[in-house]
Amino acid sequence: METVIEIKDLVKKYGENEAVKGISFEIKRGEVVGFLGPNGAGKSTTMNILTGYLSSTSGEVKVCGYSILENPNEVKKRIGYLPEQPPLYFDMTVYEYLSFVYDLKGVKEDKQAHITEVMEIVDIEKVSGRLIKNLSKGYKQRVGLAQALIGSPEVLILDEPTVGLDPGQIIEIRSVIKKLGEKRTIILSTHILQEVAAICDRVIIINNGQIAAMDTLENLSGAGTGEYLIRARSSFSKIKDIFAGMGRIENMGHAESGTVDVKITTDTVADKRAQIINTLVSNGVDVLMFRPVEHTLEEVFIKATGSAETEASE
Amino acid sequence: MKAIFKKELRNYFLTPIGYIFMSAFFALSALYFVQGMVYYQVASVAYILTPLNMICLFIVPVITMQLFAEEKNKKTDQLLLTVPVNVSEIVLGKYFAALAVFLISLAVTFVFPFIFFAISKPILSEVIGSYIGFILVWSVFIAIGVFISSCTESQVVSAILTFIVLFVLYSWDSLTSGVSIVWIKNILDWFSVLKRFEDFQIGLLNLPNIVYYVSVVFATLFLTARNIEKRRFN
Repeated sequence: METVIEIKDLVKKYGENEAVKGISFEIKRGEVVGFLGPNGAGKSTTMNILTGYLSSTSGEVKVCGYSILENPNEVKKRIGYLPEQPPLYFDMTVYEYLSFVYDLKGVKEDKQAHITEVMEIVDIEKVSGRLIKNLSKGYKQRVGLAQALIGSPEVLILDEPTVGLDPGQIIEIRSVIKKLGEKRTIILSTHILQEVAAICDRVIIINNGQIAAMDTLENLSGAGTGEYLIRARSSFSKIKDIFAGMGRIENMGHAESGTVDVKITTDTVADKRAQIINTLVSNGVDVLMFRPVEHTLEEVFIKATGSAETEASE
Repeated sequence: MKAIFKKELRNYFLTPIGYIFMSAFFALSALYFVQGMVYYQVASVAYILTPLNMICLFIVPVITMQLFAEEKNKKTDQLLLTVPVNVSEIVLGKYFAALAVFLISLAVTFVFPFIFFAISKPILSEVIGSYIGFILVWSVFIAIGVFISSCTESQVVSAILTFIVLFVLYSWDSLTSGVSIVWIKNILDWFSVLKRFEDFQIGLLNLPNIVYYVSVVFATLFLTARNIEKRRFN
């Protein structure tokens, strides 16, 4: 797949303080990537550089092959940006505002039709005549998102799009973003782990201005832990005998009467699921539950950022 | 540039600023018109335009204060600087909007020269020269206000600072009148924005004066654009 965003050795210094310390990554067309990190990790700074709002100290940023330094306007044409605080003019109505953004971006499509289409996507047609200052926070966020969509940019950059919204609004905005992700490349920053799990294909964890982890959600949280949890109608000693030599066998107690919960930690990350089940069945053990142990995103996050306090609370 | 110009102009007439400016212009120019005609029996635009300088001194800082300070404060500059528009277009759009409010207000006072011509015989070149000079002087002062607005996030700081700078420039000639060393006086006079206005008042449109005003406007707007660009590197 074609690479849409390419960032190489990006550094941003604010005086002596290095906010971004040599970040490099690539994003392919159609990907929805979550930028995850504690507050102050460098997410917003990276996004601001990517959109041309800030200039980097060193490093290279390319969007669709255009460098932000050499062809800033070509890059900006291809990006729709929703900053952390939506850039809204409160004394305009929603339609006036979107019409201003349309003129500002110099969009060539039919004005009326384009603005109506964008308003439909984020579901704000019914407030189109209202002043932005009178809208709820959730609607303001949607108008901010609509602004980013004007001009149908290929890439959307959304900085903490659900921050400060109530749970209902969060779910609504997430579903809008998910829908948008079907056709566009999206980078979304957040410190909410569930958000990444709900929307993103891939996660980039940033901590202290550096990339701490970068992979798909499955790879980060699921496969390769080499740990399996079994509930069987049997005794711990019998199961221990069956799997002798396979790895560490731990007794996890009795959740139901007449059963035992056992955790097997194999010494390899290779997939042993089929082998374990077959061994149990061929030894005549009734298997009531079986699942590989997955790291939760929280655990991955804490491991990657080395922070004891998760910022996962919503 | 057109989009920014339209937005700013609309903003002036959506808030009371534009109307206050226009009514103050009209009320005071009417007052001085009557005073000049009835009291001094003189049909001269100088009686109208000179007092208008005082109004502008107070109102121009108000027109220019929000142009950039407000965008920075409300973080709407994140929209302006991340769309495919050059910073110079943003600066020009905002400058021309502020200038337009000034010109619209000034246009209201055109009625008085017409009355002069109807009842008396004023010198046409003086009238036209005075208006052109007045517009040029305030084009410079508005550009300075735009620049100061780009230096701060606070509208109040922007307005106060603009007022102080404009007041110093307005009073420049009287402030420097005590300087007796000729070459220093010559340099100080060169910076005087109002000295060149005197030529216009007697109907003299000389090119160096016009070039002076226009270049000061462009230099100030260029500095404004640089100032905004510079923020990206901080």
